[in-house]
Amino acid sequence: MALDFSFLMTETSVGDGRRYVDWLLQGLGWTLLISISAWCIALVLGVVMGIFRTLPSKLARALGTVYVEVFRNIPLLLQLFLWFYVLPELLPERWGEWLKKDLNASVTWTNFFSEYIFSSIGLGFYTAARVAEQFRAGIQSIPMGQTLAAQSLGLTLFQRYRLLLIPQAARIAWPVLTSECLTVFKNSSLAMTIGLLELTGQTRQISDYTFRTFEVFLVSTLLYIFVSLVVTFIMRSLEHKMMRS
Amino acid sequence: MVHLEWSIVTENLPYLAKGLMLSLGLCVLSAILGGAVLGTLLAVLRFSEYPWLRRTVESYVNLMRATPFLMVMFWFYFLVPLLLKTLLGPDSVASIDAFYSALIAFALFEAAYFSEIIRAGIQAVPVGQVNAARALGLTVFQRYRWIILPQAFKKMTPVLLTQCIILFQDTAVVYIVGLPDFLGTIKRIAERDGRMVEGYLFAAVVYFLISFLASKAVDRLKTGRVE
Repeated sequence: MALDFSFLMTETSVGDGRRYVDWLLQGLGWTLLISISAWCIALVLGVVMGIFRTLPSKLARALGTVYVEVFRNIPLLLQLFLWFYVLPELLPERWGEWLKKDLNASVTWTNFFSEYIFSSIGLGFYTAARVAEQFRAGIQSIPMGQTLAAQSLGLTLFQRYRLLLIPQAARIAWPVLTSECLTVFKNSSLAMTIGLLELTGQTRQISDYTFRTFEVFLVSTLLYIFVSLVVTFIMRSLEHKMMRS
Repeated sequence: MVHLEWSIVTENLPYLAKGLMLSLGLCVLSAILGGAVLGTLLAVLRFSEYPWLRRTVESYVNLMRATPFLMVMFWFYFLVPLLLKTLLGPDSVASIDAFYSALIAFALFEAAYFSEIIRAGIQAVPVGQVNAARALGLTVFQRYRWIILPQAFKKMTPVLLTQCIILFQDTAVVYIVGLPDFLGTIKRIAERDGRMVEGYLFAAVVYFLISFLASKAVDRLKTGRVE
């Protein structure tokens, strides 16, 4: 079985003047864009929800728990469908129409803007539930003595969290958050199901067009591995920096 | 607000039930074959005395953990028939039912994750136990079978069961290769009848109930152990 990678440099049969390798790189671009956007959402929302679950307020704890349970127990794929297909229907008609038509038209650099937005939001909210749990575990693993000392020093709740609990929890949860970041990156592949051709979707499309299935899948898998290694390396070096501070 | 009509659910219950059975079946089979059997094997091999064996297993686990499951599933769905064709000749009618390629993909993929959990469990077994087993003259197989693995599994049961729940949620993805699992069936019916809202909301409720109740049961198992 001969492996032939030259097809990557040939022009696509669709006649859009680009090569297959351009398609592949565009897919990679979407993957990275979705992953980074979703990760930002997930970090902010996840840390907030994780904190909520440890606050003295019963309302905050309930809110955090409901959020985590809802977004953790529904498959990510179904969540993407709910955001993309169901949400516009449930909103008031004007908003729903705007989401379905005008959102895409509002930017010129791509035709898939609403797919990108919903993929990022869906992936972000799902990952936030997991980050919330990990951050909560981090906060709860801080010895009770710290909290008692902070209270006896007269620190307010806000100060206690900001100066004491959050930094320590971040340090404790960092390794788990690294693996969570990789998970986000891998889960971005699900965006292909709502039509956004990120790396996996693009791989499949190229395979359909060129029939060089093995070669293109090999290249894509290597790309995923490569990005995983880079992300792991970045997170580990940040971890070393944190340990030293 | 939109008017919701749930008839799409009530009229199609037999199909939905079949889809759910497929999802659950896929989940259970791959958890047993991939998770328990292959995962344990991989975990044990990580402690082998041969470096090449250790490194092979490590590379395999890292490969599976660096690749999206969707990609792994495509690998098996598209490439296994191709491989069979090259091996058996271009004229052979080699095709694998999508269910089996999905099952193999799941089993091999999840085995990596399960093996990490079991490996942590093996490492948590007190060294004294292992030494005592050695001192008693047990063979490697006996050591693992009677001393190490039972203790490792007992410790990791909640984590393993949680991974099974995650596995169940991951099965939703197989509709992409055409398998009529629960989500796939709902999707097809919802798109045919144009009732996506009701269909997906119903699917969300079902998945939520199953996963939520299962994780509560696992929690109960955890607290039940504290004596």
